[in-house]
Amino acid sequence: MKEEGKHKKAKKYGMVINLDACTGCGACMVACMAENNVPFKEDESNKLDSIAWMRVYKLTNGKSYPEADICYLPRPCMHCEGDHGHSPCVSVCPATATDYNHDTGIVSQIYTRCFGCRYCMVACPYHARYFNWWDPVWPEGSTKYLSPNVSPRMRGIVEKCSFCFHRYQLAMDKAYVEGRTVLEENEYQTSCTQACPAGAITFGDLNNPEHKVHQLAKPDNKHGGRPGNPNVFRLLERLGTNPKVYYMSSREWVRRAGDNYLGDEDFAKTHRH
Amino acid sequence: MKIGRRSFLSFVIGGAAGSAFTPLPWKLIDDSSIWSQNWPWTPVPSDGEYSQKNTVCTLCPGGCGITVRKVDDRAVKIEGMKGHPVNAGGICLLGLSGLQLLYGPTRVKSPLKRVGERGEGKWEKISWDEAISEVAKNLAEIRSQGESHAVGAIVNSDKGTVSNLFKRFLTAYGSPNFMTTPSIQDSYRMTISLMQEVINAQAGFDVENADFILSFGSGIIDGWGSPVRMFKANSAWKADGKKVVQIESRLSNTAAKSDKWIPINPGTEAALALGLANVIITNSLDSKKISQSTGFESFKKLVQNEYSTDKVSKITGINSTAIVSLAKNFAQASKPLAICGKGQGSAPGSLDEFMAVHALNALVGNINEEGGVWAVSEPDYIKWSDPELDSVASTGVQKERIDGAGSEYLHATSLLNRFPEVINSGEGYPFKALFVSDANPLYSMPDSKAIKAAFKSIPFVVSFSSYMDETASNADLILPNHVYLERYEDVPTLAGLSKPIVGLARPVVKPQFNTKHVGDVIMLMAKALGGKIADAFPWDNYEACLKETLGIKWDALVENGFEFNGDKCMLEGDFNFYPEAMKSLSDFSPVSIEGSALSYPLILMPYDSIRLANGYIGDPPFAIKAVEDTVLKGKDAYVEVNPKTGKELGLTQGRHAFLYTPRGKAKVKVNLYEGIMPGIVALPRGLGHTAYDKYLADKGCNFNELIGSVEDQVSGLDAAWGIRARLTKV
Repeated sequence: MKEEGKHKKAKKYGMVINLDACTGCGACMVACMAENNVPFKEDESNKLDSIAWMRVYKLTNGKSYPEADICYLPRPCMHCEGDHGHSPCVSVCPATATDYNHDTGIVSQIYTRCFGCRYCMVACPYHARYFNWWDPVWPEGSTKYLSPNVSPRMRGIVEKCSFCFHRYQLAMDKAYVEGRTVLEENEYQTSCTQACPAGAITFGDLNNPEHKVHQLAKPDNKHGGRPGNPNVFRLLERLGTNPKVYYMSSREWVRRAGDNYLGDEDFAKTHRH
Repeated sequence: MKIGRRSFLSFVIGGAAGSAFTPLPWKLIDDSSIWSQNWPWTPVPSDGEYSQKNTVCTLCPGGCGITVRKVDDRAVKIEGMKGHPVNAGGICLLGLSGLQLLYGPTRVKSPLKRVGERGEGKWEKISWDEAISEVAKNLAEIRSQGESHAVGAIVNSDKGTVSNLFKRFLTAYGSPNFMTTPSIQDSYRMTISLMQEVINAQAGFDVENADFILSFGSGIIDGWGSPVRMFKANSAWKADGKKVVQIESRLSNTAAKSDKWIPINPGTEAALALGLANVIITNSLDSKKISQSTGFESFKKLVQNEYSTDKVSKITGINSTAIVSLAKNFAQASKPLAICGKGQGSAPGSLDEFMAVHALNALVGNINEEGGVWAVSEPDYIKWSDPELDSVASTGVQKERIDGAGSEYLHATSLLNRFPEVINSGEGYPFKALFVSDANPLYSMPDSKAIKAAFKSIPFVVSFSSYMDETASNADLILPNHVYLERYEDVPTLAGLSKPIVGLARPVVKPQFNTKHVGDVIMLMAKALGGKIADAFPWDNYEACLKETLGIKWDALVENGFEFNGDKCMLEGDFNFYPEAMKSLSDFSPVSIEGSALSYPLILMPYDSIRLANGYIGDPPFAIKAVEDTVLKGKDAYVEVNPKTGKELGLTQGRHAFLYTPRGKAKVKVNLYEGIMPGIVALPRGLGHTAYDKYLADKGCNFNELIGSVEDQVSGLDAAWGIRARLTKV
């Protein structure tokens, strides 16, 4: 009971994606679409209007045959903490439709509040936010597989990855019923993490030293969550968005692709601060 | 009251301030936005009782266990089954999209009879009784004319009860023409029977225990073998520091993830394997145990005389030092494993290549050893007594198969690739009727034109497809099967697994439409034909047949969803390094390729992507949505071309071009890719469907329309890996 009474440290859910293991198979993308009632339309090859909360990008090292190399990079919402919860999108939303949850570190998107001004999309440096240009249309019969855990969105609003927040809620509900207030690491996992056949995605509480994400990323909370593991990096680290999605790669060119560097800039130095 | 200046101003200012601070307008805006978002066209999924059901995915031969999440009687999500011996909770994007096939717009909702021209899309809904009697009437007529042998079936595999019911039906009816969709499993089966003198064995790969994987173009993470199992193995190799070397002329995902990518002149893989064997033998790195084997001295002579490192270097385009060091690294690894079968392994390939790679494995002593290649016995739980044949049937089954398997090509059991040519050339007997189940030959067979022409000449085509695929839409009658989530079926999984597993697909939801289990339909057809044909099927229905066949296994299968005892069941035989069939390698020539280099200066090769299903199942909407915009854009498929080749042809990124091969022509877009050997054009498999739904149809072009089949001299299987091509500006 003493434990229960203690003031609990806020959780900070985050992800470490091992780009050495990622095969670019796209299972995370589809696992996300199937879990979150993401709509689809006849032509999805214009990626600017193709809603994909999780999108896998292909990186190339820019070298010629046969020195060419490629690497895939899955990109969910980064759930930026920014400076004390001032993530780029949260700071600009005029409708408080997107909010930083200090208990979990998850950036929410509240569809019923959003009126589609798309400020957040402009502010997001990761293109993680998508606008519903049309009402979703499911072919006849296909609404049968829609999950009741996530409400389908309508035309005119913005949506994005929620770290499968409904799974957190369901897990918490279950924990409360069982008289617990703390979740085990495996009780709350995102759909993409669960599906990844290569086991490239690790998800958990970055503040909890027992969680694998913490051990992999070794985040330095005094310095905006900077990774302590030399093979770990974040996208556009120098913008100060303090994202909670970390990437891991043994290849330097991949780590270097995570931010914009000048041609002669000493990458190793700027990366390590 | 007099309205003065002062009171007027206070009224206006007060009013303005009042309306600014009243919550009413804000409340109204809020209400209206909530109201507008409750407009009925955005569906509100109903809530209910949650449950989970385990079953097996049958969308590819991989045999993964899946867990379907349900809300009341709706299936809402498919996930990988935790603890399953094949996929251990993992799942691929096709498996994840399965519910779009179940509930999707591409389902055939009742038996259909063609009323317009073939392929016109005009159908009449008929009842099951009418459908069965229609088939029986046609079959009885063909039989009465003594042409029972001119009826055939194309199915996905020759394993499992459904396939065997088809086979039994044909036998009892009087036809030898039971054909299966070819794959590298056919090549491996034949290689093992030639080199190990073991019949009915499949190659199993103990990938989990291998520590040096040499892949001759196999798409380890592009869908080869059982895809999720291979993904898991690949991740484990990375974590444990085991080595993967990929030999391939294109930087595929597998090549990019390997420790070393070695580009090779395509079609020369067998020469490399024998060149490596030469280095291993010359440096005495071979397993001493194996050198006592039959034919070893002849094999040694072959590789030493014909496959010297310099010569192999010239043939393959790989430099000599790389060959020598690769051979040494391979032989000195503690558990080396060489695998072959390009891409996902849907094209059987050259038998020379399979034998050369198998010999390489034997040389390092990994046959039937930990981390090696195992000759795995095929599951044999189907123990039906042979059907009693009437006189028509016994004459019919004695006739030669139309595809020449077992006669012209002694080692083959089915050669579907030869079927169109035999029919079109008029060499064989005229074919009267064809059944197609769990297969889509009009899309997935090479040389689409030829197979379409062959279909045209067959007067009666029946499809059992659950979906309106290319073959179904060109059939005369569609008798739709339940989809895998609606039916019982045993799923014996081979697909390169080292330990065999039998899964049980179970109904997760009630049949959504007026469909029938194909097993039941076969029995109904037999009953309608009567006589000894009906007697051959003593079961009441398919479920009873399945229960009886599985016997004591049934309860365990229902309980767990799979039967897996983890025992090794390898078949031992004497290894023969130099079977008769290998003599063709004494004078090496690359696997032949169609077309002349003069008019077709480039080489077109297919590539496989796990995001593009290319078998009898087409990409569901989610999967096609996940395809990159450098593979498919709008209606155009991209071909990959090296920038050097692009420059020579005056082609820039994203430009339209015409792609010509001796077999066809397509309009494509150009993607300049540094990861491909100059002179090669690569086109993805899995695009260019003409059937299914609007999410998949008419997007890109079908590789199979551009390539023909090249018969392997020994096996008769399709050995084509590419075709000569020309690419010109539009």
